[in-house]
Amino acid sequence: MTLVFPKESLSTFPKHLSPDYRSTVKRSPSKPLIVVPQTLSELTGPVYGHNAVQESDADLTKQHKGEPLGERIIVHGHVLDEDKRPVPDTLVEIWQANACGRYVHNVDQHPAPLDPNFTGAGRTITDKKGYFRFITVKPGAYPWGNHHNAWRPNHIHFSVFGHSFLSRLVTQMYFPGDPLFPLDPIFNSVTDEKARQRMISRFDLENTIPDWALCFRFDIVLRGREATPQDPDKH
Amino acid sequence: MSDITPSQTVGPFFAYGLAPHSRCEWRPGQDKSAYDWKETAGANLQTADASGTKIRIEGSVLDGDGMPINDAMIEIWQADGQGRYAHPRDTRARPNTKFMGFGRSATDKDGVYSFDTIKPGAVPGPNGKPQAPHIVFCIFSRGMLRQIYTRLYFSDEASNTTDPILTLVPQDRRGTLVAHKEMRGELPVYRFDIRVQGENETVFFDI
Repeated sequence: MTLVFPKESLSTFPKHLSPDYRSTVKRSPSKPLIVVPQTLSELTGPVYGHNAVQESDADLTKQHKGEPLGERIIVHGHVLDEDKRPVPDTLVEIWQANACGRYVHNVDQHPAPLDPNFTGAGRTITDKKGYFRFITVKPGAYPWGNHHNAWRPNHIHFSVFGHSFLSRLVTQMYFPGDPLFPLDPIFNSVTDEKARQRMISRFDLENTIPDWALCFRFDIVLRGREATPQDPDKH
Repeated sequence: MSDITPSQTVGPFFAYGLAPHSRCEWRPGQDKSAYDWKETAGANLQTADASGTKIRIEGSVLDGDGMPINDAMIEIWQADGQGRYAHPRDTRARPNTKFMGFGRSATDKDGVYSFDTIKPGAVPGPNGKPQAPHIVFCIFSRGMLRQIYTRLYFSDEASNTTDPILTLVPQDRRGTLVAHKEMRGELPVYRFDIRVQGENETVFFDI
């Protein structure tokens, strides 16, 4: 199978400069990007990280002596390519705020407590069907300095590799029905409504564990599709 | 019409998850032992079996005002000393089986990143033309809603002048992709600053 990485697939990505998200103003390229062919250097990519990953890394509620506070949740889904074929054996890393909306990072000085039983980092390797599953607590919303009374919707950060360095994706998973959606310039940097919906997890009642945890499903579709014939009429 | 999952910024707080032992100081409070976390990818790519020249790459990441970006994450992807990639699409024999060619460094408070690696060999390019030795850089940061790609080339490589990618870059901007060599004792150090915006802006690729 040969995968190709059409550039058109990126059309719903945010623009580098999205001024409502103020930090983009000085951190976006101002000169046109140079169009170049994809070579072996881009069509390959890291197949990596597996040695460091332990099965227990996917359960963020069991990394300390006690259990973290907050709503315990299951977050699961599939990593797929553009043709919806599974991306097996790929590294999925997540990080998030705790239930109070506070990150384990010294730059985060939001006056909400750290939880001694929660770091907020997890990772796993997708199985043969591209499937991943995490257990964590629902992250809280938190304020940030972008504009007056700015709050980020609840989200979990995702980092995924896929089949090549061109399929590399860092994104954020949101939760359904968040009232902060219309107010968040990062979420709305994706201007296409349908594309925004693809960043929102689905409440997954079927996979909820009664008396224990709610469940959210988040399927991730990476760049890359199977090569198609140049001229289908000849076949 | 494709329906891939859109990119979102890595934000300012990725270090404890993605680069816990990197240059960024993220640990809150006094307890340095808390929240320990192994890293999946680090800034030292060298392996015992990797043949070739050991080198160091260092640089700063700067914003449109020339100020250091102290919360960027740089990922690099490169071939081994013989120009072969540790990936199934590169089907050539690969004696350095432990050398994976992938590195990750978070910038420190001064916007500085660094990697210890092996100088890559030339790799095949389009239409059978070889590419000069280079390393693919992928940059993530707060304020970047999507990653930006660039390449590092080496100042001591004559083949830069015929590289099929570098020659697509306007001549007056090619210099932004060339890392300059200096010797630190026996160790070759290549300096590669990344200017995200503004005067002498680094060339980024639309791929």
